[in-house]
Amino acid sequence: MRDDEPGRTEPGCDDETTRFPAILEDFEDDDVRDDDLRDDDAPSGPPYGGRRPSARGDRWRTVARGLGELLVTVGVVLLLFVVYELFVTDLLNKHAQTQLSDQLQQEWNDAPSSTSHDPLVTGRAFAILHIPRLGADYRRVVVEGTGQDQLSQGPGHYLGTALPGEQGNVALAGHRVGKGSPFLELDKLRPGDPIVVETAQSWFVYRVLGDPGTGDFGTDPSGIPGQEIVRPTDVAVIDRTPDAVATAPASGAYLTLTTCHPRFSARQRLIIHAKLDGPAIRKADQPKGPAALREH
Amino acid sequence: MYSWIWHHLPGGTGAKSLLSLILVLAVVALLLFVVFPWVEPHLPFNAVTVDG
Repeated sequence: MRDDEPGRTEPGCDDETTRFPAILEDFEDDDVRDDDLRDDDAPSGPPYGGRRPSARGDRWRTVARGLGELLVTVGVVLLLFVVYELFVTDLLNKHAQTQLSDQLQQEWNDAPSSTSHDPLVTGRAFAILHIPRLGADYRRVVVEGTGQDQLSQGPGHYLGTALPGEQGNVALAGHRVGKGSPFLELDKLRPGDPIVVETAQSWFVYRVLGDPGTGDFGTDPSGIPGQEIVRPTDVAVIDRTPDAVATAPASGAYLTLTTCHPRFSARQRLIIHAKLDGPAIRKADQPKGPAALREH
Repeated sequence: MYSWIWHHLPGGTGAKSLLSLILVLAVVALLLFVVFPWVEPHLPFNAVTVDG
């Protein structure tokens, strides 16, 4: 666009007063010289010589960008939390379970007759839970106590409730989602399904209450249902006789499992009641475990 | 926020990228193994016991 040739004239272009618009002239020059067009308050911007964005506009833009970045960061952190709940806690739990299992097995091999009489301390592993309906290889080490630290390692035994095989109610709590999800599929248990508890010297086979033929949970003469959904405050489910008055004596050997319901909510609890089916089976008699382990 | 961090990291683009990656991994590890386990007990869906 520059008219380089000296002396060449074109109509209306032969004197300096007729110039290209200032905007294009600035485009031709490397440095902007037209002071009228420059806003001295603004930081340097694009060299087109147009009105620069004001400082206030820049500040708002920075705020908006910062807010946007913050929101995206929060979103990513939340996503990371979901990943944590679903995968990392499972991983950590698997590690904890393996450790507990090895320790317990060691303990049982070393002194099988004495451990069964030691007082249980919170955090101590003392039994292994097998639920064939949830998998032929379903196997969780149970620890004493139901605090967060205990439950993050595996199913926990409510303090003060019966021990496996004893009269009363062996009450266990377990996570539904995350931390190994031991009780994720508790809702799949049907009446008559075996729940096998393994201790240092014995196997105990409990069976979910109800009628295996019809699948009805409420047919047991004791009136205790095999499965129920209750409020979190309903402590009667872990009483000596489940669902009875707190002071009622033990009327049998029961096993109760508790977890949250619905799956991701703490609104209710899913409860499974089972009753001891037969006497304790000594490990010496059946080292591979009762036949119930291989059901389904 | 992120452009500020990027601007203040030492080194050329290559070094900055590497440092950024290390920073991200460090923050993720901090979150997954320190912050989340600390926050978790206070969240509602971990309640699986019955208590009066």
